[in-house]
Amino acid sequence: MEKFTRLTGVAAPLPMANVDTDMVIPKTYLKGTERTGLGKHLFAEMRFNQDGSEQPDFVLNRPAWRQAQILIAFENFGCGSSREHAPWALRDFGIRCVIAPSFADIFFNNCFKNGILPVVLPKAVCAQLIDDAQRGANATLTIDLETQELTRPDGERIAFEVEPSRRGRLLEGLDEIGATVAKADKIDSFEARLRRNQPWRATALAAPA
Amino acid sequence: MSGPRTLYDKIWDSHLVEENEDGTVLLYVDCHLVLEVTSPQAFEGLRAARRKVRRPLATIAVADHNVPTTDRSAGIADPLSRHQVETLERNVREFGVPYFSMADIRQGIVHVIGPEQGYTQPGMTVVCGDSHTATHGAFGALAFGIGTSQVEHVLATQTLIARRSQNMRVTVDGALSFGVTAKDLILALIGTIGTAGGTGHVIEYAGSAIRDLSMEGRMTVSNMSIEAGARAGLIAPDDVTFDYLRGRPQAPPAEAWDQAVAGWRMLPSDPGAAFDHEVALDAAAIAPQVTWGTSPQDVVAIGATVPDPADEADDTRRAAVARSLAYMGLQPGMKTTDIRIDKAFIGSCTNSRIEDLRAAASIVRGRRKAAHVEALIVPGSGLIKRQAEQEGLDRIFRDAGFEWREAGCSMCLAMNDDRLKPGERCASTSNRNFEGRQGYGGRTHLMSPAMAAAAAVSGHLVDVRDLMR
Repeated sequence: MEKFTRLTGVAAPLPMANVDTDMVIPKTYLKGTERTGLGKHLFAEMRFNQDGSEQPDFVLNRPAWRQAQILIAFENFGCGSSREHAPWALRDFGIRCVIAPSFADIFFNNCFKNGILPVVLPKAVCAQLIDDAQRGANATLTIDLETQELTRPDGERIAFEVEPSRRGRLLEGLDEIGATVAKADKIDSFEARLRRNQPWRATALAAPA
Repeated sequence: MSGPRTLYDKIWDSHLVEENEDGTVLLYVDCHLVLEVTSPQAFEGLRAARRKVRRPLATIAVADHNVPTTDRSAGIADPLSRHQVETLERNVREFGVPYFSMADIRQGIVHVIGPEQGYTQPGMTVVCGDSHTATHGAFGALAFGIGTSQVEHVLATQTLIARRSQNMRVTVDGALSFGVTAKDLILALIGTIGTAGGTGHVIEYAGSAIRDLSMEGRMTVSNMSIEAGARAGLIAPDDVTFDYLRGRPQAPPAEAWDQAVAGWRMLPSDPGAAFDHEVALDAAAIAPQVTWGTSPQDVVAIGATVPDPADEADDTRRAAVARSLAYMGLQPGMKTTDIRIDKAFIGSCTNSRIEDLRAAASIVRGRRKAAHVEALIVPGSGLIKRQAEQEGLDRIFRDAGFEWREAGCSMCLAMNDDRLKPGERCASTSNRNFEGRQGYGGRTHLMSPAMAAAAAVSGHLVDVRDLMR
């Protein structure tokens, strides 16, 4: 997995609550079999008209934010469908960090698997950052996961917190599956106990042919 | 000896492969449901790392999101949908995972067939790359949706790295009134606590109104836990659960049945177990519900009026209500019963089971759909479809001008050809009324199967109780 350490980039304001993953990446684009290539469809129904032309008012279509790497929104970002296509689309577009007062659980978790840092900050701070971001050219923020600090355009620093295990995995870019595969003996003994206690499950617990 | 524990605590504690100091655990997964949309990248990851599926027979795969619900003899017309289903078929063959193909009568929506086949059992951990995995919580299983990276993790290791959630108990006491269903109960709850109300929590539904529900009703309630922000929604297993499960293909066999049930009877929350949050609803106070906006929390009792953004104190909320009304093409203050519909959709993992179809048929019987309405009935599985046909429900629907379709997710999320056109308005038994969910520009009103059937025959949203008296 891709590491996240420190990011300096343009922040795009999306002053909405309950941004759902159907908005982030509509179902039309869930038919692929790859993790890549979804950036061009990020927020498709808000970003484009049905004929494919851009909706000029949408934030990611405006000159100041076309290269945004940070997104700031309001509560419950990422609610709805579990589709990991949402963080894949954000990442493919170039977004590495989403800031909001709260996130839906599955989306929050999916971000960490894809090198995207979701940062939780109080609503008043998000409102302030959105205000900063709306100033366009001044909207560059620095997010440092090592020190857990965000630096505003005027140099003011804002502390944020990321749960230590998630922070560690992201800083390291850990291969979680590889690490768990290495614990096969523990999983084996768990399953041995299952076979003893629930003998009717022996078939389901059979090894692959 | 630990103190009194909740149902969730008990399942959690019995699935710990490893506990780490950082608060994470390695959680064992008993049952993994796999579908075509959220698995291709996971299988590709296994291949790239030369890994196997650790427990293929604890895994079951099915294609549901992309499958056509009309004639299937010619296969899938849309090349992208076809490619995704063919990719799943290639993957299950290569990795030895059991699979119900489109031609198999057991095929259907993953959250319908898991319980129907008896894969879902009390006390289990059940995961799937789909947020409505919460459905299986109705059996007293810890069931939750995961992302594709986690799908790959479970395929490779039969475990997940997880963190304990908080416990929330939702107690619904009293009896549901005439014409009020499990769908109205869960919509009313979401209206009360909001779509983020359960974030970070596992809900346990308790109280006499929950105990009085059938398994189908309980699945409807658990299913929409995710719309209340909770990843999982559990209901204590009882005789209703055991009677549903007995004799199903994957249920414990007769000789092990008593031992299994004895274990399941230990699962309900202990008296005095502590919950981090408690919510109470009075079942008798719940009326049939309809949504007016673009979030499941935008819900009112039928007969109420569409809200006015000007009444909202919070700026973000005012903007959200105004945006929703503009998208939905509704005026503040208008009566919900004046909202005219173009389509009705009865189906989805929320409401496509036999009891749902019976409820809809009881309203449709002896009536016809309104002339301008297109109405779709999409059973949750091939087996439900067959049972409904044996009961003559398909005749009732067809005679009333409804379309009788093959099993799948269909117009709940419109990944196949069943979708709304821009501006079309739908009375839908599905679970999400997000912008564009049922088709670009489509407008969704969520409600129960009986309410959707009543809207289809009336041509507009209506209080189903007026058609039942």
